[in-house]
Amino acid sequence: MIERREAVGELLKDRPDNLLVVTGLGSPTYDVAAVGDVGRNFYLWGAMGGAASMGLGLAQARPSNRAAVITGDGEMLMGMGSLATIGAKQPENLAILVIDNEAFGETGGQASHTGLTTNLAAVALACGFRKVLTARKHEELAEVRQLLLEEKGPVLAVLKTSASELPRVLPERDGHAIRLRFKQAVAGA
Amino acid sequence: MAGFSFAEGDWRAGIFGQFKACGVQQMAYVPDAGHASLIKACHADDAIDCTVLTTEEEGVALLAGAELGGQRGVMLMQSSGVGNCVNMFSLLASCRFPFVTLVTMRGEWAEFNPWQVPMGQATQDTFKRFGFIVYRADTGDDAAGMTGSALRLAYDSNCAVAVLLSQRLIGAKTF
Repeated sequence: MIERREAVGELLKDRPDNLLVVTGLGSPTYDVAAVGDVGRNFYLWGAMGGAASMGLGLAQARPSNRAAVITGDGEMLMGMGSLATIGAKQPENLAILVIDNEAFGETGGQASHTGLTTNLAAVALACGFRKVLTARKHEELAEVRQLLLEEKGPVLAVLKTSASELPRVLPERDGHAIRLRFKQAVAGA
Repeated sequence: MAGFSFAEGDWRAGIFGQFKACGVQQMAYVPDAGHASLIKACHADDAIDCTVLTTEEEGVALLAGAELGGQRGVMLMQSSGVGNCVNMFSLLASCRFPFVTLVTMRGEWAEFNPWQVPMGQATQDTFKRFGFIVYRADTGDDAAGMTGSALRLAYDSNCAVAVLLSQRLIGAKTF
């Protein structure tokens, strides 16, 4: 089983300057902040279901940047329709990473649909994503990194992880401050 | 712009003119017959990136993302879609994102379909509760002027603005 924070650290290690990251609320926000709290991260603390759509709008506005959405299975499930919207637009510079612990981790670890019957990678593929993969082992992270950072989008990777609770690393919560910091960083990215 | 021209007397031409004057680069929509010619005009314009949505809340997040990347956008929807957006409006309020939506109204004027009435009647209050500035257009001239003002208020002064296109203006749908 993949350990989520270590994996996010490897995926974002020495990240390219042109990479812009939008995180889904909850643990993905903590994971991304823990491995490097930089201005080119936009952290969602709410707006559940909106991360992928936000990534699409950003990718379309910044064709010379790479946009990566890093979110959880619950957040992605709530915005599943946005996979159809992204498939229809075929943004070449958009990648989605779903950190999938098959549980609603913020609310008591209730089982989510991805541990029952839903295969998010298959959903994305059916919506017209160019390439998808599901990784279950640490050795597969190099392939995930390649998909996340380099391959022509839209692409989606599912990272199957354990549902263990990690120490929370809490970045800035003021949305306006996060937005202004991000815009300043993007101006130089 | 190639391949599309508005019919004589179509007031949506004035709205489209404001999109161009104010530098709209992304347009997101859930279709409505009342927006049909405007949607066609945007699709025919290479400088406007159009995104068809599965539900209106996607458009709120999408245009917030566009703004993060430095682009101006607008969402077209019907009043029934406003309720679909409610929690996503917290993104606008929390981050003070500029946001503009044009809403074709149902459920308020000679409405045939009773299922349109509850959300149509709740539309204005829903926007107000989330801090939107709300305009209501009853003439074609209003619609164009209010669109221009909405885009400037949003992108110059960090506001969320809704322009309601009244059902009386659009014409009640006939079955």
